[in-house]
Amino acid sequence: MPDPTPTPQAFRRFAGTPSYLTNDALEAAVNAALALERPLLVKGEPGTGKTLLAEAIAESLGAPLLRWHVKSTTRAQDGLYVYDTVQRLYDSRFGGGDVQDIRKYIKLGPLGHAFKAPARAVLLIDEVDKADLEFPNDLLHELDRMRFQIVETGEEVAARERPVVVITSNNEKELPDAFLRRCVFHFIDFPDPALMERIVAVHHPRLGPDLVRQAISAFFALRQHPRLRKRPSTSELIDWLTVLHAAGLTGVRLDQDLPFLGTLLKKEQDVANLKDVKPQGGAARRGWN
Amino acid sequence: MFVPFLYALRARGVPVGAQEALALAQALARGLHESGLDGFYHLGRALLVHSEAHLDAFDEAFLATFKGVVADGRKLKDELLEWLAQAAAGVRPLTQDELDALERHDPDELWRLLEERMREQDERHDGGTYWIGTGGASPFGHSGQVGREGIRLGGPGGHRSALASADARRYRGYRKDLVLDVRQLGVALRKLRRFSREGEPDELDLEGTIDATAKNAGELEVKVRPPRRPSVRVLLLLDVGGSMDPYAHLVSRLFSAASKATHWKELKVYRFHNCVYGRLWKDDDLTDSVPVSQVLAEHGRHHKLIVVGDALMGPYELLQRGGPSRDELLTGLEWLERLAGHFDRAAWLNPEPPGLWRHNTIEAIARVFRMFPLTLGGLEEAMDHLVRGRGA
Repeated sequence: MPDPTPTPQAFRRFAGTPSYLTNDALEAAVNAALALERPLLVKGEPGTGKTLLAEAIAESLGAPLLRWHVKSTTRAQDGLYVYDTVQRLYDSRFGGGDVQDIRKYIKLGPLGHAFKAPARAVLLIDEVDKADLEFPNDLLHELDRMRFQIVETGEEVAARERPVVVITSNNEKELPDAFLRRCVFHFIDFPDPALMERIVAVHHPRLGPDLVRQAISAFFALRQHPRLRKRPSTSELIDWLTVLHAAGLTGVRLDQDLPFLGTLLKKEQDVANLKDVKPQGGAARRGWN
Repeated sequence: MFVPFLYALRARGVPVGAQEALALAQALARGLHESGLDGFYHLGRALLVHSEAHLDAFDEAFLATFKGVVADGRKLKDELLEWLAQAAAGVRPLTQDELDALERHDPDELWRLLEERMREQDERHDGGTYWIGTGGASPFGHSGQVGREGIRLGGPGGHRSALASADARRYRGYRKDLVLDVRQLGVALRKLRRFSREGEPDELDLEGTIDATAKNAGELEVKVRPPRRPSVRVLLLLDVGGSMDPYAHLVSRLFSAASKATHWKELKVYRFHNCVYGRLWKDDDLTDSVPVSQVLAEHGRHHKLIVVGDALMGPYELLQRGGPSRDELLTGLEWLERLAGHFDRAAWLNPEPPGLWRHNTIEAIARVFRMFPLTLGGLEEAMDHLVRGRGA
């Protein structure tokens, strides 16, 4: 910490970017994470912009963004460094390079790079819940101390400036308590219709307001539907609008069969369920699908 | 000040401890709450809550703790109401337009809106002119309408006051004691998993290879091992029809979550009606049946047995011996005991709320099976119970 008694204003650093819309709760969470130098854990439904948040933070801080996309096979160690034993084994067997120099076979992972960065970096650990249950726990110490040792060389990698760590989770697995306790938590709500209109405006600036409003109200009515197994999300709405626009439609009505329903609902049962309960009025069918 | 709030949170099952308290104190010392209740609400949510399942409890605790703080504002409110009543008496006649606008609201609603505005005012330190301009004039025409519109437009986050946000209890849906969709059920089912290395060795064992190569004086010797695979086998028995009809959707969601689960080695599903007697059915229409004894023979004791049913029936259905549709001379209860005894771990998921589990057949069956409510929380507990070994 360069300044032991920072002023409150010194931390009011994040207020969104022109393309990323925030609210008080989100800003409070981000600024708390920045001030307390704790990782920020972001959860929310798919398609609510969790990953974009990290980009927005990096943009507003003017810091480089390092991404670490977690997969089911990712281990915590991969984020720190990888010791390429096979290459070294190969080199020693068949000759090639200086086998004595272990450092040549040490490759830093995203976390290692973030620690070594000359200035403060933003590190995105994307979809942390994809990995094994123990994965977050294995990172606890490194995220706390912001330093780790490369066992093979004895070299210590310590962060010059603590990176801003943004962790996203799709909630596929429960995260361990010890890990959660160290994080600042934010849950991104599903956008409400007003915000959705602004989001749509960013993607489809030229669509007619009637179509947008009707499509959004149909979309939210659909999400309210109790029998759906997979509720459509923002990205599906954007796709749907693209299709509606391409088909040259100027409006949709919920009491009619919705055109191109397949872009919104991805499960056969959902489409069937919807058909079951929809009142089949006289003029309801217009042969869209 | 915030310590009682922490205990209010704990009382509602939000796990906060010294670590959260210190983090909050640190943040408050730095003025991150901007010396306001709104700031404190957002900050507290970010630092004290670690899961969306607890957001609703947080709102609840926040309301319970901080509604008292605004009590001082009430006096002010009474004064204002008085002032408004006086003003109403001596007000200029309204134009037709204004009257039209007025008639669209009933007076009770307007008062309610005004009170809402007042509540907001109480915590907003910057709001001195805010409510007088809009809410204050609201009973008299346009401004009321504008004010009302303002609440709606301001709603999504930016401009709601903390207590109004907390009051809205928008996170009720994420509580663990409710059941929502397939995905959440799937997450809960994921707790039931266990891995073991068995089958074909076709994964490179790097450490083993290095060891072997070193022992082999540098000659490369490759070692392989079987990959880690899920080893949990599940037998799912569903009660269909009759008294289970109201829960059909819940059960079908559980069924699709279970059949999508990729972390189980095997999943077998059978149906029964009311209670298990001699036979189980493979389909929903109860046409294709197999004897229970065959099912037991096919499934070893390491299978995890999950029964889903309301366990509600006439006592005679549980206790009467034999009958036309029954293969063997065992009562329903004895069949259930046989099932429960065959497996190391078994759980019964009951969609009926636990409050109704007494003085009926549920109580009797709960003595045979460990019974859990069919909610997210109950499902997680059941998975915790199932994942343990015998007798643990």
